[in-house]
Amino acid sequence: MNTAALHEKLISAARRQDPDKRVPYAFEKRIMALIASRAVADRWVVWSSGLWRAAVSCVAVAVVFGAAVLLLPSSANSSKDLSQDFENTLLASVDQPDNSSMP
Amino acid sequence: MEKPEAELITAVLKGDSASFEPLIRKYSPRVFATARRYARRDSEVEDIVQEVWLKAFDKLKTFRSEAPFEHWLMRMTVRICYDFLRGHQRNREASFSEISEPEEDWLDRFVADPSSAAEDAEAAKLLIGRVLERLSPPARLVIQLLEIEDRSVKEIAKITGWSMPLVKVRAFRARAEMRKILTRMTQEKYL
Repeated sequence: MNTAALHEKLISAARRQDPDKRVPYAFEKRIMALIASRAVADRWVVWSSGLWRAAVSCVAVAVVFGAAVLLLPSSANSSKDLSQDFENTLLASVDQPDNSSMP
Repeated sequence: MEKPEAELITAVLKGDSASFEPLIRKYSPRVFATARRYARRDSEVEDIVQEVWLKAFDKLKTFRSEAPFEHWLMRMTVRICYDFLRGHQRNREASFSEISEPEEDWLDRFVADPSSAAEDAEAAKLLIGRVLERLSPPARLVIQLLEIEDRSVKEIAKITGWSMPLVKVRAFRARAEMRKILTRMTQEKYL
């Protein structure tokens, strides 16, 4: 069989086919609805990605400060008991002896 | 009366997405006609066209208004159809044993006397559809654009993003691939 002739014949059969231009009913509405729904979804994506970024930076700051507290040597004059220091500071005015009443 | 196309595009780019709807209404028939050349099932065709429009909406800012919107859109359509072909190569290895009776009759008539087999017969259209389904995606795209739609090598290069020498090489290979498929088809039927 002459395949070259068959090739030509079939190609010209394909050329004669009318393009089918039918569009499903309200197809443009469907696309517009999809575009609108994607826009709403995009807003949520932007919001949640912002939240995630904020969370990541908070964790990073906490890690840096935690490491600093653990690794940096404490200064010589700092007390070992922070709660005691806090209490002393708070009650300093009460503990002070009242000099004005002295003769 | 509808706004001119350029105004609609500018409005969409400024955030008025409703202005995109007249563009979809105007160009969907052409996009559907193109998609039907590469996909058979209605659901697949609709998926392709949907992807074309969503991508067109997303990429509208890359559209340069020196060229017509239709050309830009059709280039995108053909590329999405090509991606579809690459993802759906299910019928390529199928045999020709399931060709219908009218198709067999048409082939018999062609073998007896090539001029007696009408080109506009429904059987011939079905047969070329089967042959095209068996081609590799690049071969099918080239045969479609070069031989069926009668486009130039330069146009095909522009549409596909391939270089002109690559289009020529792929056209040569596509014709060889099609001859091989036709030979296999006739051998399965007559030997």
